Amino acid sequence: MAQTIKFTIDGVECTAKKGQYIVDAATENHIYIPTLCNIPGVKPRGSCRICSVRVNGRMMTACTTPVSEGMEIENKDPDIEDIRKAIIELMFTEGNHFCPSCEKSGNCELQALAYRYQMLAPRFKFMFPKRRLEATHPKLIKDHNRCILCKRCIRAIKDEEGHSLFAFARRGHNVEIIIDTKYSKNMTDEQAREAADICPVGAILVKERAYTDPIGKRKYDKQPIGSDIENL
Amino acid sequence: MDKTIDAIINNYNRDKNRLMDILIDTQDTLGCVPDSAAEQIADALDISKVDLEQTLSFYHFFSKEQRGKYTVYLNNSAVANMYGRKEVARIFEEEAGCKFGEVTKDGLIGLFDTSCIGMNDQEPAALINGVVFTMLTPYRVRELVKGMRKGLKVEELLRTGYGDGNNSSPLIRSAVNNHIMEKGPVLSEDYVPGDAIKKIIKLDPAEVIEEVKNSNIRGRGGAGFPTGLKWDFCRRAKDKRRFVFCNADEGEPGTFKDRVILTERPRLLFEGMAVAAYAIGAAEGILYLRYEYKYLKKFLENILDEMRSKNLLGKNIASKKGFDFDIRIQLGAGAYVCGEESALIESAEGKRGEPRDRPPFPVEKGYLGHPTVVNNVETLCSVVKVMLYGGEWYRSFGTDESTGTKLLCVSGDCHYPGVYELEWGFSVADILEMVGAENVQAVQVGGPSGTCIGPDGFERILGYEDLATGGSLIIIGPHRDVLRDIVLNFMDFFIEESCGSCTPCRTLPVAIREKLIKIIEGRGVMQDLMDIERWRFIMKVNRCGLGHTALNPVLSTLKNLRHLYLDLIQKEVEYDTGFRLDEAVKEGKLVTNRT
Ligand SMILES: Cc1cc2nc3c(=O)[nH]c(=O)nc-3n(C[C@H](O)[C@H](O)[C@H](O)COP(=O)(O)O)c2cc1C
Ligand code: SF4
Ligand code: SF4
Repeated sequence: MAQTIKFTIDGVECTAKKGQYIVDAATENHIYIPTLCNIPGVKPRGSCRICSVRVNGRMMTACTTPVSEGMEIENKDPDIEDIRKAIIELMFTEGNHFCPSCEKSGNCELQALAYRYQMLAPRFKFMFPKRRLEATHPKLIKDHNRCILCKRCIRAIKDEEGHSLFAFARRGHNVEIIIDTKYSKNMTDEQAREAADICPVGAILVKERAYTDPIGKRKYDKQPIGSDIENL
Repeated sequence: MDKTIDAIINNYNRDKNRLMDILIDTQDTLGCVPDSAAEQIADALDISKVDLEQTLSFYHFFSKEQRGKYTVYLNNSAVANMYGRKEVARIFEEEAGCKFGEVTKDGLIGLFDTSCIGMNDQEPAALINGVVFTMLTPYRVRELVKGMRKGLKVEELLRTGYGDGNNSSPLIRSAVNNHIMEKGPVLSEDYVPGDAIKKIIKLDPAEVIEEVKNSNIRGRGGAGFPTGLKWDFCRRAKDKRRFVFCNADEGEPGTFKDRVILTERPRLLFEGMAVAAYAIGAAEGILYLRYEYKYLKKFLENILDEMRSKNLLGKNIASKKGFDFDIRIQLGAGAYVCGEESALIESAEGKRGEPRDRPPFPVEKGYLGHPTVVNNVETLCSVVKVMLYGGEWYRSFGTDESTGTKLLCVSGDCHYPGVYELEWGFSVADILEMVGAENVQAVQVGGPSGTCIGPDGFERILGYEDLATGGSLIIIGPHRDVLRDIVLNFMDFFIEESCGSCTPCRTLPVAIREKLIKIIEGRGVMQDLMDIERWRFIMKVNRCGLGHTALNPVLSTLKNLRHLYLDLIQKEVEYDTGFRLDEAVKEGKLVTNRT
């Protein structure tokens, strides 16, 4: 049996199995740490940085850092919460997000986080980048305007032999997701749906699906993101 | 299927971890990596083409299109500009007939910018087909382009003669100069290769580490981690296959001392790697050499052969049974972030140079998942001297907290730029006097990621306890426009070099750069300065040191040279959105044909 260890989040005593990531351990203790790039069960990558917490005085990503005995974690600290809000704002200003017309609206994790963090007007200037809308793929539409470059699709979607279907191109503020034409040809409908669902925002859409859930029935219509964890 | 490409792939055993080498060789052969070659390589390695492109598009020196029979990469560092880069670039464009970022219509000449190539003491400098051209002038540029039009070999364009020391040796033949101004333990001629190895093999590896700890030496690559402790961690790892990496990426603008060591003391460096290998129990070593220093590769490989033939590398080194260690050279392809140790390892595995999440640290899981020690060139050289003369001797140099010597790379507005090996603990003022710099306005210590100090900070001392530096010291004279010529250039550098993984590092420097321009153009207000100082905290959650320091150019000048900003901002205006009516309606005016 895995060894049980004790640690604290904002002074609250918690327990976890040794080796568990902070995010997962927090969830089990009904404490919500916001995430965007994380996919439970898939090797984490720590790219969006929104789950940053202070561990023994240092900023660490909760999705990539395992808990250890006696760890003191700060999560709800106002400075940390402001950094998270800033990251959400940076994501909104870095791309082109027009929520009212987006297929993912109401089911979008970025939008939900913006509500949770009560983002009004972002403190940063909109960059209005020129980005592509890619519809050449047989099953998918890739709207680069909405991509927050979280890499979920890269990490979660592979073909049976483990070939990547999605990858990162270029670097810095010019990075972009690219789709492999050879291996994605064999993508099944189910895989296409999986890709669209894994995307936290509306950057990957299944062709000919458009809006699925009526207002009121969408994931974050009734309660803020994270409340399922807090009210478990 | 292209047979040449296939031969290249086979040369690296069809190993996807050697993708960097395969792409470099392909580009050397074809001039670029066209789609057809990319497909062939991806298929042969059984990876998706997008996985290949992921690596290919990350590195600045790779290209999918031809970049000209003569490809000019002109350094665009701040110091290059101080020495007249702008005029040199203009003449290049005028003579070649194309702009930077383009190739001439006949495909003869390509002009491209590149981040600091490690020649700050002999700028403006350029790489043309891998050959370094230093101290360019408009006249030289006209000659160069004439030579290209005549179809001369790149080597034939080098009319200035070869540089000092080994720079003119048959295997290098480069115009680069060492400019060694002061020598100490590392650069001293008093060195016999192999003496340290012969000494350590009589010791237990743990005793070697003890001696290194005793010297108190800390990493010379910038981060300053205690070397003995790092080795100790690695030695304690369970996995017995271990690696020693030497970090010769030297990408921090204004740093060029590793280039000088590689040119003049390569045996000392390789011996240092062998000492590290013995201490941690590694059999395999990799020297990660930045692409800009490719001109040294043949020379270095020859030294490796020589050391193998003298039994200083290879099996049973110095006849010590079981002491096996060998070194290969891994080339980079142009990315500053690859100097970060985990990005360096990723790159050596053929991937994008994206830093890893830590923990685990490289000493636990590094190259191919095995425990790996990464050390800077200078650190490894210094350790050889520690082993020869003892940790106590080493501690007699420098200060309590910063022991030993440091190779400083001085460039900018002074009479004697070059490499100075000095004890830690000199004040900036001492050094300014030594290098012949007068009426200095500011000094950039440690490159763009370091600190910019004004005259009231010149009594501060160099050392981990005050002003730490990986070596770069850029001197800024009284006539320079610090914000426009230095700070803006450095911000462009970080924006260009971020790997793009972390949200704040990818986006915030772009927003801050915009504010900086607003301030430089006289439209800034106090609120802008306050915003910058408040937003700095967002950068603390980035993954690596690049993201942690990417705002330093602005932050450190805002702190130490605040008057530069206060002089420029609008005094009576409290708030300014940055909105410019004329800009906003420009397009509309064009469309409607109104003025
Ligand atoms: C963005 C970035 C660039 C770096 N570049 C270099 C470099 O070019 N050379 C180097 O030795 N260390 C560089 N470092 C530091 C390395 O991560 C690492 O600390 C160092 O190589 C360890 O060797 P040392 O302990 O001997 O200094 C860089 C770090 C960062 C964050
Ligand atoms: S497409 Fe979606 S899942 Fe993929 S990186 Fe962009 S936002 Fe993330
Ligand atoms: S801080 Fe910047 S360079 Fe470092 S990993 Fe993050 S995005 Fe890449």
